[in-house]
Amino acid sequence: MTNAVLKTVNLVKVYSGGAVPVHAVRGVDLVVEPGEFIAVMGPSGSGKSTLVHMLGGLDARTSGEIWVDGARADTLSESAWALLRRKKIGFVFQFFNLVANMTVADNVELPALLAGASPRIARERREHLLGALNLTDRADASPAQLSGGEQQRVALARALANKPSVLLADEPTGNLDSRNTRDVLRLLGQVHKEGQTIIMVTHDARVAGLADRVVCLLDGEIVDDGRITRRRTGTAGAVIDLR
Amino acid sequence: MRLHLLALLAKEPAHGYELKQALEQTFGGAYPSPNIGQIYVTLGRLEKDGLVRAVDVEQSNRPNKKVYYLTAKGRDVLTLWVDEPTEGPRVRDEFFMKLVLAPLTGIADRMALINRQRRHYLSIMGDLNALLDRTEPDDRVATLLIEGAMLHLQADLDWLERCQEDLA
Repeated sequence: MTNAVLKTVNLVKVYSGGAVPVHAVRGVDLVVEPGEFIAVMGPSGSGKSTLVHMLGGLDARTSGEIWVDGARADTLSESAWALLRRKKIGFVFQFFNLVANMTVADNVELPALLAGASPRIARERREHLLGALNLTDRADASPAQLSGGEQQRVALARALANKPSVLLADEPTGNLDSRNTRDVLRLLGQVHKEGQTIIMVTHDARVAGLADRVVCLLDGEIVDDGRITRRRTGTAGAVIDLR
Repeated sequence: MRLHLLALLAKEPAHGYELKQALEQTFGGAYPSPNIGQIYVTLGRLEKDGLVRAVDVEQSNRPNKKVYYLTAKGRDVLTLWVDEPTEGPRVRDEFFMKLVLAPLTGIADRMALINRQRRHYLSIMGDLNALLDRTEPDDRVATLLIEGAMLHLQADLDWLERCQEDLA
């Protein structure tokens, strides 16, 4: 298991700000191999978002370990985490966090440039991602000119711009209509096929259906962790029954 | 299938194989291809009930074929079907029975049942994703059919989550 992209050991998060401490994540052990697509599911309040935020260093763990690409990460300072994210982690949130005074194109190119890609490579990657998400004609717009669904797709393109070791996503299709969801599904399927590791919190069964492994949380603990088998029946009759 | 065939015959008389082709063309790639034998059996029953009338048509070099016509009685039955509201899906879920009765059987616990069922639903969703991917976006009927199946599956998964919160 030395080549795991991401690993946690007995990871715990307790929010102790309020009157009663909240045990959001209670001892999660997770090993993520390169190229895996994991859907993290579970009811609201089960600790899904807290878990992926900790995996990206956006929320400090209370105890336990986080390893990224074989190196200990939970002990890093905030600035060291920022550096690690720039190089290895793409993040898509429920809200988008785009840079308001930059164009869509620049928002998407920025992470690749920060990670050390040449301007030409960054531009090509941006053109490919915006094309795949049907956003080519919005490249010169500013985020404020975009609809919620468009901003969400730009955020996904940005997260994938530097081909991160792992893509972390928290409900990335929450704001999308069914056509836009289809574009996002297609892109996720494509980058996954190309070897992109993905860990995605989602309630959307269509998105979860793309994953090859499901991790289910309940009250801060993993209650299921296993592969989603493909039946590959190929015929519609096995899935749809019109009476 | 009885009423689907009556609906097709309301447009024009047809023989069995033409009805099979019409079903395939109307519903597109997402519809399970109807069995020709089943179509002939259904037509036979409709004829016996007086809802369609079969007319033998002579063919050179081949056995006669039967062309089916909608009768007045058939049209009445069809009109009734179209005019009635359609029942919604009912919750009579085999899985839910297993889940509720599981503690009595001692064979599997509820958590294990729910987890296995979730993986099964997600696997079906994977199939639907693949099916949608293979479907031309302008094939509206097939696309809507697949999207309908996906929405039902989403509801099943949401319900499963509720079961896990409250029962497991």
